[in-house]
Amino acid sequence: MTDPKQNHTLTLPLSEKDRLQLQCGDVVSLSGTVYTARDAAHKRLTELLAAGKPLPLPLKDAAIYYCGPTPTLAGEVIGSCGPTTSARMDDYAPRLMAEGVTVMIGKGKRSAEVYKAMQTYKCVYLAAIGGAGALYKSCVRACRCVAFADLGCEAIYELQVENMQLLVAADARGNTYLQ
Amino acid sequence: MSHFTKHLKADSLVEPLAAAIQNALKNVEPQADRLVASASERETNAAAKWALEQIVENNRIARCSGAFACQDCGQAVLFVTLGQDLHVEGSLTKALNEAVALGYRDARKSVADPITRLNTGTNTPAVIHYDLTEGDALTVTYLSKGAGSENMSRLYMLTPSKGEQGIIDSAVDCMRQAGANPCPPVLLGIGVGGTMETCALLAKKALTRETGTPAVRDDLRQLEQKILAAVNALHIGAQGFGGDTTALSVAIEAAPTHIGMLPVAVNMQCHSVRHCTCTF
Repeated sequence: MTDPKQNHTLTLPLSEKDRLQLQCGDVVSLSGTVYTARDAAHKRLTELLAAGKPLPLPLKDAAIYYCGPTPTLAGEVIGSCGPTTSARMDDYAPRLMAEGVTVMIGKGKRSAEVYKAMQTYKCVYLAAIGGAGALYKSCVRACRCVAFADLGCEAIYELQVENMQLLVAADARGNTYLQ
Repeated sequence: MSHFTKHLKADSLVEPLAAAIQNALKNVEPQADRLVASASERETNAAAKWALEQIVENNRIARCSGAFACQDCGQAVLFVTLGQDLHVEGSLTKALNEAVALGYRDARKSVADPITRLNTGTNTPAVIHYDLTEGDALTVTYLSKGAGSENMSRLYMLTPSKGEQGIIDSAVDCMRQAGANPCPPVLLGIGVGGTMETCALLAKKALTRETGTPAVRDDLRQLEQKILAAVNALHIGAQGFGGDTTALSVAIEAAPTHIGMLPVAVNMQCHSVRHCTCTF
C-alpha cells in the first residue's frame, strides 16, 4: 500500500460529490455531526427497523462512529473516545446504509457485504486510530445522548467534532486500504 | 504458635491499588510508548508513520491532561502473589474487587454477563490469578486487558513434532488472522507448554513483563526475536495500513508439558500498555 495521496478538509454531512472524491489512503480532516453507536445500539436500531418502528435519530446522510466513550466527567465535553473494531457491526451496516448512513468511522477491515453496500449507496469508511482515545476527545466540541441512555457507554451520542483526522480506509468505488 | 510473620488488613490495599490502576489507565507504560516513538521514526510507509505519530501524540495528551489513553479501559486482570507467612485480615478477594471498582470509578465499565450482556456497572469481577510463594509480601500486578486485542488471541495444541517452527508459525498465523483488529503495533505474549489453561495463563503472564525485556533463557530469547521478525515480515503495519512495524515486542513464558503435547498460546496485546505492580 502506498503513501496517503491527498488531504481533504470536509464538513458533515458529506454530499455524494464529497464522497466520490475521496480515495483510499487519503487523509480527511472532518468536522460536523457524528453519532456514536456500537454493538448494542446497532442491534436495537435493526430491531426497530425490522418492527417498522420509528428511529430515535435521523439516519439520512448520517455519519456513524463506532465508539463507546469513557464517562463524561464534570467540566468535560466527553470522555476518551477512540474507535472500536468495525467488523463487529458488519452484520448491521448494510441495512443502515440502505436507510441513509453515508459515512462510517471505525477501525479494522470490513466484510465483502459491507464493501458491496458501500458501492451501492456510495458510502465511505474512514479509519480512526485505535487507542487514540485522548486524541479524539480533544476533537469533540459538544456531546449529548440522543438514544438508548440505559446502554451507558453503548448509548447513541450526538457529537460535534472539529478537525478529526481520519484515513479513507474504503472508498465509494469499492477500493479498500486495510490489510 | 502462628507462623505468620506479618499481618495485613485487606482493606488497606483498596485505596493504593485503586490509585495505581487510575494512574496506569492514563499513563501508557513508558517502554511501550518509547517503542512506538522509535517505530514511527524508522517507518518508511507514510500512512503507517502518520498512524504511529498519532499514537505518540495521543499518549502525550493522555499523560498531560489526565485523560484515559484508550476508551477501552479493559477488564482488570490481577496477578496476586501471596507470601505464605503473611496473614491477611478480612477478605482479600473482596478488597481486590473493591480496589478495581474504585479505580474504575471514572473509567469505562466494560464487564457484562456473558449471556444476558447486562453490564455489571463496576468493571468487576476482576480476573484474579493467585499464586502462593514464600515470605510475607503481597504483590499485585494489574493489567488492563481490552477486547480488541484479547479477541484476536488464540490457542494452538500442537504436536511435539512441530517444534520451534510450529511455535513461530502459530504466532504468524494468529497475527495474519488478526490483521488490523488488535490495533497494531501489538505486543505478543506467548505461552509454551503446561496444559491448555496454564499455557494461556503463561501467555498473559508474559505480558506483565516490562515491555521489551527479553526472556532469561537463551533459546527462548532467540525464539522471541525470530517470532518478532516473522510477524513483522507480514507487513500488516500500524493500524493495518501496511508498513515495517506490526509488532513491537514478543515475550515468551514456558513451562514443562506432557511428552505428547506442545501447547502454544498467543495472547495479543495492543500498543496501549497499561499495567502496574504494587507491593504490600
